[in-house]
Amino acid sequence: MKEVIHRNSISGILSISLAILLAFSTTLFGQEGDPGKGKQLFNANCAACHKLNQKMTGPPLAGVTEKQSREWLHKWIKNNVALRKSGDPDAIAIYEEYGGAAMNVFPQLSEQDIDDILAYTAAPPPSPVAGGGADGQVVAQDTSSGISNEVVLGALVLVFAMLVIMLVLVNKTLMRIAEAKGIELPEEQKKRLPLWKAFVKNQFLVLVSVVFLLLVSAYFVYGYLMQVGVDQGYAPVQPIHFSHRIHAGDNEIDCKYCHSSARVSRTSGIPSLNVCMNCHKNIMEVAPETGTAEHSKEFYDGEIQKLYEAVGWDVENQRYTGETKPVKWVKIHNLPDFVYFNHSQHVSVAGLECQKCHGPIEEMEIVEQFSPLTMGWCVNCHRTTEVKMEGNEYYEKIHEELSKKYGVEKLTAAQMGALECGKCHY
Amino acid sequence: MASNKKYWKSVEELDPSNSIVETLKQNEFVEEIPVDEFLGDKENLEASSTSRRDFLKYVGFSTAAATMAACEGPVKKAIPYVVQPEQIRPGVANYYASTIADGYDFASVLVKTREGRPIKIENNADAKINGSANARVNASVLSMYDSMRVQGPKSSGKYATWEELDTEVMAKLNAAKASGKSIVLLTQTFASPSTAKLVAEFSGKFGNVEHIQYDAISEDAALNAFQKKYGKRALADYDFSKADVVVSFAADFLGDWHGGGFDSGYAKKRVPSNGKMSRHVQFEANMSLTGANADKRVAVTPSQQKVALAKLYAYLSGSSVSGDLPEHVDAAVKNAAGQLRKAGKNAVVVTGIDDENAQGLVLSINEMLQSAAFDPKAPRLLRQGDVRKVNKLIADMKSGKVGALIMSGVNPAYTLPDSEGFLEGLKSIGLSVAFSMKEDETATASQFIAAAPHYLESWGDVEMKKGYFSLMQPAIRPLFDTRQFQDALLKWIGDDKTYYEYIRENWDASVLNGSSWNKALHDGVFTASPSVAAMSSEGEGAKAAEGAEAEGADEEGTEGAAPAGDAAGMARKLASASSSGLELTLYAKTGMGDGQQANNPWLQEFPDPITRASWDNYVTISRADAEALGLNNRHVANGGLNGSYVKVTVNGVSLDRVPVIIQPGQAKGSIGLSFGYGKKAAMKPEMQTGVNAYKLYEGFKATQPVTIEKVAGEHEFACVQLHNTLMGRGDILKETTLEIFNTKDAKEWNVTPKVSLNHNEVEATGVDLWDEFDNSIGHHFNLSIDLNACTGCGACVIACHAENNVPVVGKSEVRRSRDMHWLRIDRYYSSEESFEGDNEVVEAISGLGDSLTTFGEMERASENPQVAFQPVMCQHCNHAPCETVCPVAATSHGRQGQNHMAYNRCVGTRYCANNCPYKVRRFNWFLYNNNDEFDYHMNDDLGKMVLNPDVVVRSRGVMEKCSLCIQMTQKTILDAKRDGRKVRKDEFQTACSAACSSGAMVFGDVNNEEDEVFALKKSDRMYHLLEHIGTKPNVFYHVKVRNTEKV
Repeated sequence: MKEVIHRNSISGILSISLAILLAFSTTLFGQEGDPGKGKQLFNANCAACHKLNQKMTGPPLAGVTEKQSREWLHKWIKNNVALRKSGDPDAIAIYEEYGGAAMNVFPQLSEQDIDDILAYTAAPPPSPVAGGGADGQVVAQDTSSGISNEVVLGALVLVFAMLVIMLVLVNKTLMRIAEAKGIELPEEQKKRLPLWKAFVKNQFLVLVSVVFLLLVSAYFVYGYLMQVGVDQGYAPVQPIHFSHRIHAGDNEIDCKYCHSSARVSRTSGIPSLNVCMNCHKNIMEVAPETGTAEHSKEFYDGEIQKLYEAVGWDVENQRYTGETKPVKWVKIHNLPDFVYFNHSQHVSVAGLECQKCHGPIEEMEIVEQFSPLTMGWCVNCHRTTEVKMEGNEYYEKIHEELSKKYGVEKLTAAQMGALECGKCHY
Repeated sequence: MASNKKYWKSVEELDPSNSIVETLKQNEFVEEIPVDEFLGDKENLEASSTSRRDFLKYVGFSTAAATMAACEGPVKKAIPYVVQPEQIRPGVANYYASTIADGYDFASVLVKTREGRPIKIENNADAKINGSANARVNASVLSMYDSMRVQGPKSSGKYATWEELDTEVMAKLNAAKASGKSIVLLTQTFASPSTAKLVAEFSGKFGNVEHIQYDAISEDAALNAFQKKYGKRALADYDFSKADVVVSFAADFLGDWHGGGFDSGYAKKRVPSNGKMSRHVQFEANMSLTGANADKRVAVTPSQQKVALAKLYAYLSGSSVSGDLPEHVDAAVKNAAGQLRKAGKNAVVVTGIDDENAQGLVLSINEMLQSAAFDPKAPRLLRQGDVRKVNKLIADMKSGKVGALIMSGVNPAYTLPDSEGFLEGLKSIGLSVAFSMKEDETATASQFIAAAPHYLESWGDVEMKKGYFSLMQPAIRPLFDTRQFQDALLKWIGDDKTYYEYIRENWDASVLNGSSWNKALHDGVFTASPSVAAMSSEGEGAKAAEGAEAEGADEEGTEGAAPAGDAAGMARKLASASSSGLELTLYAKTGMGDGQQANNPWLQEFPDPITRASWDNYVTISRADAEALGLNNRHVANGGLNGSYVKVTVNGVSLDRVPVIIQPGQAKGSIGLSFGYGKKAAMKPEMQTGVNAYKLYEGFKATQPVTIEKVAGEHEFACVQLHNTLMGRGDILKETTLEIFNTKDAKEWNVTPKVSLNHNEVEATGVDLWDEFDNSIGHHFNLSIDLNACTGCGACVIACHAENNVPVVGKSEVRRSRDMHWLRIDRYYSSEESFEGDNEVVEAISGLGDSLTTFGEMERASENPQVAFQPVMCQHCNHAPCETVCPVAATSHGRQGQNHMAYNRCVGTRYCANNCPYKVRRFNWFLYNNNDEFDYHMNDDLGKMVLNPDVVVRSRGVMEKCSLCIQMTQKTILDAKRDGRKVRKDEFQTACSAACSSGAMVFGDVNNEEDEVFALKKSDRMYHLLEHIGTKPNVFYHVKVRNTEKV
């Protein structure tokens, strides 16, 4: 851990200095445009198809000003179609190189905007890596406070142990002094029965303690047995490190965007890899600030590469190779075969949040089983949860009848019959 | 009273000097216990490195290790699609309309798929013809997952690639073409317009090509008769929903006669409405499903059937024919003729007699009656087999005239009576290719096995009836490296198209007439507009002429057949039929059909609706004949049925050791034996049951003179119903006649049983020991079973198997009464002539002695009994006896009327089964899945693909039973909730009610007044099974009404 922190801080310092250096240098060259503004414009208009240093739908744009004249670039960006129609050989060449993927026209960009963008592509301003360093520090603080707790506890234990030893020592010393002084200790003290013999002789005490012991052990045995097969907290290592924290947390992607089956099906569905590629066709690497002390940016980028390998995506040529390697995810939530659970019932009909059962998934770097998934857990929820009936024609009649029967306006799932065995076991 | 009696165990004990007595006193075991045998070899013991301590250590360690291993849950993997097809959502079923056309069964069906694998076959309600799946079609989905399928093309017994096969076959085809020998395509009946066109193109390319269609169970006589009369090789279609009087001569039209699929039309007329129902008279030798449903069944031997038909014609036409009939048969024929005449065009006569004259005569009779149910204009094309051509082929093969033989969908080495001759001929042919799903008898004898796909993996089109088209589409990607026959033909004629493209082009050009292909594919069926049908029939002028030409040959070929117009001549020829000695009628069993699916465990375990025996075929014989021959059936101590063996000989060919079942209703002087068994090749050992009756199918005639003799030994049957008669217990299966039903109050013919309450006789339904459940809120499911509409076909039994993952347990377990069917169809015979007679006999009993003897006699079914079918599944009692005795509350009552069964809670005390008055609970005596002792389908990965993922696979030691398909009702509710709507009318279904094509089973919500079941529950005919027990079931029956009116 310490090493990591160490390295991070060094890299932090390095990157800060690099940033300063770069920022200084850009001011030297950035005469014709503002790379800061350019970055915003780039992200808004270009980033869907272009990267600075990597091929995507379109060519990498870093240093594009060195390859083409500014005039040409202005024309191309404003209206590449017109440029191609005019028979410009360069324009046609680049169009064909990228498989005839037509670039959008950008008549809304002013000349200054284009200059800003070009300035950005020529010399991108440094990314604010300082944040990364700060993160590292936060992590370091967190962990050190964790250690200090232990240290405090340890120290306390040590202090108590010292006290006990001191007491014993003092006692011994006093005895020795007494002996030396010739004070005789009372005789009866020596004749007194050993404690355990006294205990054995007191049958009542024996009985009470045996009963007590039995009860305690029964309690623990019961507790042990009840957790057999309950895998709460189960967080297996997955073949691709998919971070729900980044996707559902930082990027606030709706759970059901990927787990779309949850709306209509019994299973929530592990997203097929083509769903990942909806976004990751363009997102080839994470933003530098996404990396954490635990998982660096390089690590995450590597995981995205694993996705490309599995789905058979040739990053270089931006096409599918057709060679796929299905991902063998480790199933986390395992209901026994004899339980029927339907996601759509809970997600679509009842309108429950996924987090109700799956916990703060948006904070989980590695997903773990949040709920015990025991029958008691299910049943407790069914007992207390009120069924969402408004606006659902299905419930009209039964709501009217049942609310009359139970004399309540809101009905729980249990009152609807959700505690019957056959509702889940068949 | 002191006694000096001495008790002694043996005489020796009385002799004090006997040394044995003394020894025994000292030592219980006279002989030394032979410990030396296993401990005596001291050297060996000492030499062993394993000491007793070591042994204990190992035991301890392995126990501990096993315990530790059990602590950790297994890691489960979940592998999603890489690219998920748009239509597939894991967990949601997709349905595809397709068509089965395996040459024997033809039906338009819906295929239910989950995650891309077909798991169930359902009826296609859009189909106007054969839209309902019978038991075999329901089971066909499992045949796809058969682990004995051939997995790729084979060349001389070794797996090859398709390219290799193509080159070799092409070379040999060209060689055959060059040598001038004929190339023969021997196929099943495809009834496929596209295949016909393709075969014609194939002929065009190779010249001397002959396409011979071959039905294992031939309907040649009917085809010939129809061809003679109407010029087209087809079968007349019948619509029994338009017939008030049906007279059938050995036509098993509720079975597979004319390709089957008549039951829904028939059942429509069998339910009394407005005081009317159809009347059905059956003349037959074997007790068939159709005969069992008849209002009047007359048992006549095959030769008498012909005479009877001739007489019927005579009575109808006012002419006279000679020929002798027993008096009661003659009277019945006369009676039938009277009824036919009275009903006029609302009457229909059908026949299954395997004789061209009989078939021709029936066509004439129906024309004479102007029967509305009779439709020769748009005939059925489901059987095309031509016996003469097949016979000629075998002769040609032997004489070396055939250069190449390409087979598809046929297994002549098994189904031909002269299979040895065929195999001999096959050896001398230059090229033999068998398109087959299995390495069956024919495929293994052929040079090339072209692995063929199952119909659920294939494309195809079928014209079941003139103008009625259906499409076959794959519901799964081929499991193995297979190629269908048509694709191969396309390849061999050098066409790059796939068969799919070929069908599409053909349909666009000549079938659809501008309609949408996508819609036709979506619906699975397409009906040509009448103008198109007319056009195509005009276009058939050429074909008809061709037919006429062929007819010329026909008339030479079939001797003794009168010309088409001469009904009187045909009648005369029929009347001369006579026989001395026993006659054999070969038939197809409901479960096995022609035997294509013999390796299907569901079908093997399916109890025959009539005999209720599974896993066997057997000779059925009348009691009188059996007694004369000294044959018997008896129940042995474990409850199993045992029967004698006979040797059956037809024209010098004999089958040794065929078991015998004494069949009530079997015509005296006749015996029956079913096809489809005795198959050996590509069959799991357990499934190799029965004898091959095709060996006796001499000349493709279903009736044969036969001799039988008893041979030693006793056969052990696996029969699921051991008590065959109703014993006058009319309250179980309530019956009445149409006359009483129409004229009397319901209280008289639907009697509610009485019980004594406070010393007063009151109606049992009014007395309640328990508090009533409140079922008024929400859904309350009821299942209605109309005993009038139920034909006993058993489609529901297999549908239930497929839907609920019901395990197959095997023959020996079934024999021990451990069958797992959740739904059984009880079949009862009357002990007297009729069930009414039974009731009278029981009422007349006086005194204990009389009751003992009478009931003893009543255990025997009558010679020609009335038959009734009663499907019984869990009755879902509102006061369920099983619920009160379960010590762990594993079975409990649901508010929606279902009796729930929580398998995970069940500890297997079986109290519930003992307390169930309906005997519908089934106990898992063994682990039936993943257990090689039960080598059916649940122990291999392929067979497990058919399992329904929404229903748990039960484990050993738990009780299971019908759940009223709670997974289906819950799904319906959820669908409605999700859409935010009410449940639609009749939206609730169970597997059995959905499979029932006759409308006998209707499922629904009795709290919803729109549902059909609501009205049915209010019907006069409604009653509950064993009403007097007060169980208040949620399954109810409708009193069976028989149309016994006499003219």
